[in-house]
Amino acid sequence: MSVMNELEKAALGHPKVSDISKHPMDDFMRMDRMPHIWCPSCGIGVSVNCFAKALEKCQIPLDQLVVVSGIGCSGRVAGYVKVDSFHTTHGRPIPFAAGMKLANPKLKVVVFSGDGDIVAIGGNHFINAARRNIDMTVICINNFNYAMTGGQVAATTPEGAILPTSPYGNFETPFNLPFLAESVGAVYVARWTSLHIYNQTQSMVEALKKPGFSFIEIVAPCPTIFERQQKFGDGLDRLRWYCDNSEINHSAKTKDVDIKLRDKIIVGKFVDIERPTYLDAMNTHFKKRLGDKYQPYEG
Amino acid sequence: MKADPKGVLTGSHFFDGDHACCEGALAAGCRFVAGYPITPSTEVVERFSRRIPLVGGIFIQMEDELASSIAIQGAVWAGKKAMTVTSGPGFSLMMEHIGLAAITETPCVFVDVQRGGPSTGLPTLPGQADMMQARWGSHGDYEIIALAPNSPQECFNLTIDAFNLSEQYRVPVMFMMDECVGHMMERVVIPAADRIEIYPRRYTKLPPGEYLPFKPGEDLVPDMFKAGDGYRLHVTGLTHDYQGYPNMTPEVQEQLVHRLVNKIRLNAEKIWRFEEIDVADADVVVVSYGITSRVAIDAISLARQQGIKVGMLRLIVVWPFPEERIRELAVQGKAMVVAEMNYGQIFYEVDRCARGKVPVVLAGHGGGTVHNIEDIAQRIAEAYQCRS
Repeated sequence: MSVMNELEKAALGHPKVSDISKHPMDDFMRMDRMPHIWCPSCGIGVSVNCFAKALEKCQIPLDQLVVVSGIGCSGRVAGYVKVDSFHTTHGRPIPFAAGMKLANPKLKVVVFSGDGDIVAIGGNHFINAARRNIDMTVICINNFNYAMTGGQVAATTPEGAILPTSPYGNFETPFNLPFLAESVGAVYVARWTSLHIYNQTQSMVEALKKPGFSFIEIVAPCPTIFERQQKFGDGLDRLRWYCDNSEINHSAKTKDVDIKLRDKIIVGKFVDIERPTYLDAMNTHFKKRLGDKYQPYEG
Repeated sequence: MKADPKGVLTGSHFFDGDHACCEGALAAGCRFVAGYPITPSTEVVERFSRRIPLVGGIFIQMEDELASSIAIQGAVWAGKKAMTVTSGPGFSLMMEHIGLAAITETPCVFVDVQRGGPSTGLPTLPGQADMMQARWGSHGDYEIIALAPNSPQECFNLTIDAFNLSEQYRVPVMFMMDECVGHMMERVVIPAADRIEIYPRRYTKLPPGEYLPFKPGEDLVPDMFKAGDGYRLHVTGLTHDYQGYPNMTPEVQEQLVHRLVNKIRLNAEKIWRFEEIDVADADVVVVSYGITSRVAIDAISLARQQGIKVGMLRLIVVWPFPEERIRELAVQGKAMVVAEMNYGQIFYEVDRCARGKVPVVLAGHGGGTVHNIEDIAQRIAEAYQCRS
């Protein structure tokens, strides 16, 4: 293969190397940390891409944005996004994010983490932050297993799935995340798969604009472990399966959207309600009780 | 800088150590407290929850101590001074986040009003058996600072010092009260705000692009940034380089952990604080802290009446441990008694530093009440008899 120099490329109408060396994600990603740790056709990177697009659509100033993650594959998101980012402890990104938001309400706070982090070890924090309606967006990548540690069974693993710590198949009932989120007070609840890049981007836009506790579950392939252990094929096979087996139903009752190993997956925006945020409720209440002695809290 | 007068309740008051600790935090500029109810510490947060809406800040009662101990760290990185308050069982749950605060160098204060343990133990009765947990409770190598007040007045004064030390060295500071000090009522004098020195947060003056968030200054402590200021930086509990990026190599681990340890060890002389009473002519020195130091005073008087020259070294800063002072006293041939409400925690530190030069005797018990004066006096007599 012949090597073209800059002049030859310019003469042929190619863009200069200096023009194309800027990747569209350069402003959002820490390119000096590439390559990332995620496996080929893992769903996490897809959602990070959608998140970047959603931020662009919302016109949120990146200096005001904070991304908080816990531990696990999805926990690494914070390390790759070029905003103020905090990689905390396993299960605890939500209370860390709550502390940040309450300390400085001007910040836009997003928790990006995995299913194990958010609803198993961090389940208590999830339900209480939603109950309080603390203003944050929680994006939960659900790959149905503890992928970082080798794919152990999780609180989200569908019944029957074979994993290193459920070698005879999982017999536990998994969490239905949208049902859980709605029942504890989340004001916005949506679920999409890694195939639904337009829809998940749109949901991220809506969630980021929504005051209060918004929750998006992304059903994502883990081709290295979960899909391989179930003999579901590679990442592309899985996306094809999502294509054939996802059913968009915005009016579905969340109690009916539990995920079975080989059944169709109901996706959509299930909840979009209004409820005062924690800080709004606090300011209203204290003003009523304390009168002019109380200065509304703004951080 | 001076304290913000908004949080300073100047005047002479009569209240307990828990209330005094709360007022100390407000005077120090603490504007964010996250806690979970636990006896005997609840009065600290009850007072804070009543006071803070009028001062301007946040109290939030979290779902557990894990959440409380990390919510404060989110608040710190968003610009607030913050603390959490608990007792033994809750302190056990907080260990994970003491480690996080240590590795991310997050200045914050953990108040532990100690009760008898282990486990649920004695919820309403005193203990001093969390001293080693405060030092070593989270996994891995790190150093912290711990203070032990012995009166409500000290609960006020030292809470301010706890915040100042946490900001100066960017470490979690353990405020090791005990149930007696927490619940005893005494006069507490709160000075005017312009008489209270506050160590401001060490924010970087460098612009984004030039500033490296974990590159230390000469005192081994790096300057801070806060979220929302446009630095767009990363903070992680993983081993990280000057940039804050994860870097899991033995070289970077050595660089980071060695500094986390050394920023306290090499500055220890500046941090040490203890009070000495009649040590110069003493044959026996009683080492004590917290409520036990006040009981030990009476035991010392009793022993002096019996003709034994006894002095006291009261630890105010317990960690880092004043190793050199103990060593000096041991070289001078002063036998030692360690009076504490446990079966030997600080005792082993004193024994280690005495290096076998003098006898070191433990006056300890399992907690639930203060020592019998006679028991400490008895240990003093034993130490005196077997001194070299």
